[in-house]
Amino acid sequence: MRNWFAAIFLTLAAAGVGAAEAVPAAADPVLEARVQKLAEELRCLVCQNQNLADSHAELAIDLKNQVREMLKQGKSDKEIADYMVQRYGDFVLYRPPVKTTTLLLWGGPFVLFAGGLGVLFFNLRRRRNVGAAPLSQAEHAAALRLLEEKKEGA
Amino acid sequence: MRRFLLPLGIFIVLVGFLAVGLRLNPREVPSPFIGKPAPAFSVPQLHAAEHSIAPADMLGKVWLLNVWASWCVSCRQEHPVLMDLAARKLVPIVGLDYKDERAAGIAWLREHGDPYLLSAYDRDGRIGIDYGVYGVPETFVVDKAGVIRYKHIGPLTQKAVDEKIVPLVKELNGA
Repeated sequence: MRNWFAAIFLTLAAAGVGAAEAVPAAADPVLEARVQKLAEELRCLVCQNQNLADSHAELAIDLKNQVREMLKQGKSDKEIADYMVQRYGDFVLYRPPVKTTTLLLWGGPFVLFAGGLGVLFFNLRRRRNVGAAPLSQAEHAAALRLLEEKKEGA
Repeated sequence: MRRFLLPLGIFIVLVGFLAVGLRLNPREVPSPFIGKPAPAFSVPQLHAAEHSIAPADMLGKVWLLNVWASWCVSCRQEHPVLMDLAARKLVPIVGLDYKDERAAGIAWLREHGDPYLLSAYDRDGRIGIDYGVYGVPETFVVDKAGVIRYKHIGPLTQKAVDEKIVPLVKELNGA
């Protein structure tokens, strides 16, 4: 059984290695790493739930080449991101910038979280107050009687 | 009873968001070019490689830039609409043959009809990138000053031409 797991694991691992994108042998590995890193931050416009690094759409390949070329020209990451935004809008960025139009996107989760905390706090406090309500005289007497009965029964 | 009102309210608001969200078309990425000058280029014409074409040539006219390719299936779908629009002589249409083989592009126009004043030949798709093209066909409306005023993504339909393109062209020509 254990051997089976090992075999499956090794097969999967080997498949993972094979799936890595083939890079021309002559290419500069430092440059390729930067291309890859930038491509992971940019959305593929054709298959919109993928980034450029994962996509094999023709446009994605063209844009990756564009990124590579611009890096070779010594452009900074910011300049390349700006170049893409100029053409495709903020949509091309996987991490949208914080602007007035994206405030809800960035702040929304925190607002919801704070709201949830508030409701929880409010509910807990109310429950504690209910528990701490003083007994009326009749209730007190009833409680004493019950305790007495219990003692006698024991 | 009151304690259910708040969750119910939140639920209704969420349903509202979903209803709106489902109606949006995620394929229509708003173009950052609206209101900006059409990016400059100068490339060979499809039919005459020795002649070049540039957006500056069209200054003073309202015109359409239609991105197409012989390999593009939806271009076939929009082609009759373009032919009809060209026949009405309302607005010059400039083609941009995107990532195509020159011979294939010329043959395609010969076979289906050529609605274009001229076609620019964008062999490596560089101009397409400059115009933010991410799916062929796409159509830009450019005004007399060379500013992009509208972008239609996907095949032009008769409805889009009648309701959006033609009124906009008339408005821009009147101004």
